Amino acid sequence: MIQPQDSLIRIENVTFSRGFRKIYDNVSMHIPRGRITAVLGPSGTGKTTLLRLIGGQLKPDSGDILYDGISVPSLSRSKLYELRRKMSMLFQSGALFTGMSVFDNVAFPLREHTELPEELIRTLVLMKLETVGLRGAASLMPSELSGGMARRAALARAVALDPELIMYDEPLTGQDPITMAVLLKLIKELNTTLGITSVVVSHDVSEVLSIADWVYLVSGGRVLAQGTPDQLREEKHPDVHQFVHGLPDGAVPFHYPAGSYLEDLRQCH
Amino acid sequence: MPLSLIQSLGRRGVSFFTALGRALLMLLHSLVGKPNFRRHFPIFVEQLYATGVQSVMIIIVSGLFIGMVLGLQGYNVLVQFKAEASLGPLVSLSILRELGPVVAALLFAGRAGSALTAEIGLMKATEQLSSLEMMAVDPLRRVISPRFWAGFVSLPLLTFMFSLVGIFGGKMVGVDWLGIDEGTFWTGTQAAVEFYQDIVQGMVKSVLFAFIVCWVALFNGYSCLPTAAGISRATTDTVVHSSLLVLGFDFVLTALMFN
Repeated sequence: MIQPQDSLIRIENVTFSRGFRKIYDNVSMHIPRGRITAVLGPSGTGKTTLLRLIGGQLKPDSGDILYDGISVPSLSRSKLYELRRKMSMLFQSGALFTGMSVFDNVAFPLREHTELPEELIRTLVLMKLETVGLRGAASLMPSELSGGMARRAALARAVALDPELIMYDEPLTGQDPITMAVLLKLIKELNTTLGITSVVVSHDVSEVLSIADWVYLVSGGRVLAQGTPDQLREEKHPDVHQFVHGLPDGAVPFHYPAGSYLEDLRQCH
Repeated sequence: MPLSLIQSLGRRGVSFFTALGRALLMLLHSLVGKPNFRRHFPIFVEQLYATGVQSVMIIIVSGLFIGMVLGLQGYNVLVQFKAEASLGPLVSLSILRELGPVVAALLFAGRAGSALTAEIGLMKATEQLSSLEMMAVDPLRRVISPRFWAGFVSLPLLTFMFSLVGIFGGKMVGVDWLGIDEGTFWTGTQAAVEFYQDIVQGMVKSVLFAFIVCWVALFNGYSCLPTAAGISRATTDTVVHSSLLVLGFDFVLTALMFN
């Protein structure tokens, strides 16, 4: 079990609702420092919302989110922007700035937050692009990249300022097997070589379990299970078993709740 | 029935004031604070080109035609009373006081305002605004503020061009085509137009219209639903709302200024 003092982020009894829908109901999670933590769960359970809560883009209704002991929801606007320099997020779409080349996209955070001379920025950007294998694509525009390349370029931009924490929002969704392997390798490498704490939100179970150190399974606003990947694979709880092994029917039924099938068909005639 | 009517009135009222509050906050956060000229000035210049320079053509062409139509219609009426010498004052006063500021603002809302809304809306839909926030770059200061200032500076300048070209259009029809004496045209204009009452007050109007159009356009983009339908709705809203606000405020300002 991970001790709270090893945690970079502590989510304590957070409740968050959108309209009348409760997305999180009294949820607590600890994100260990320097490790890869996976947050798995079916689509629409608010996994991205969790990342936005950590980044302070959304505020919980109750409970607290502590980043290295600092309460994120109670920070002022300027303190929050200061804290965000230590974290980074890889968006599902990559979210590259469409009007800039790949090079300028990666250089963007450096130019915004540092006073480094242009030659040094160039060196740093080329190093980051080399890490993700896109040094040759530096002059391309985002519209000229494939989906996988866009995500790698966005990853280079996310690590430009050497953050303490990277949050990956569905990094593997819609990628071919080769790109998936490349992204998994990059996430793992960035974690081991730079010691960056990583939170990977995903529903690609087997791929993510292969690199994660600690896994949370969230569903229906609660944490269903947590543990190492091996513990999760052997979990007997029917919901967890069904999700981790990807079974079409089980605790989560295949059918959306409906009335009698026969009755519905009869009404057609 | 009446209960649901009151209910929907209340709901609309609440959502209107919520939106107004959010729009005010957006404006406050984007405009108040220590300016960073070195980083933001180049973006301002870029936006000045996109919103201002690229609107020059439509403003000049429209200004010319409106001046010409005004010259022609004015002449047809005035000539019946042998008062065609008053064509200069008629054209220049109506353009400087009303048509210049209003029509330029309407054209600006259609040409530049809608483009601003669509651009910001698309940046929101593709998570670019969120990713700026997560990179600790405030999108209000980096994206909204330079666009606001660029529009705010552009429209009064465009209005000025519109008025000049419009008066010239009136002169082309009245003097060069229909044969009014050029001296009479310009002397009448010079005698009728007062610097403070007509030119300055017309420019004051256009400064207010610039504020309205930019604010409406940027807020609609910033608060739109990040979907294709949401962006299209926001773009339409920008043109409709800013046009109505411009016309409404024009009446208020005219009543205050020329009463």
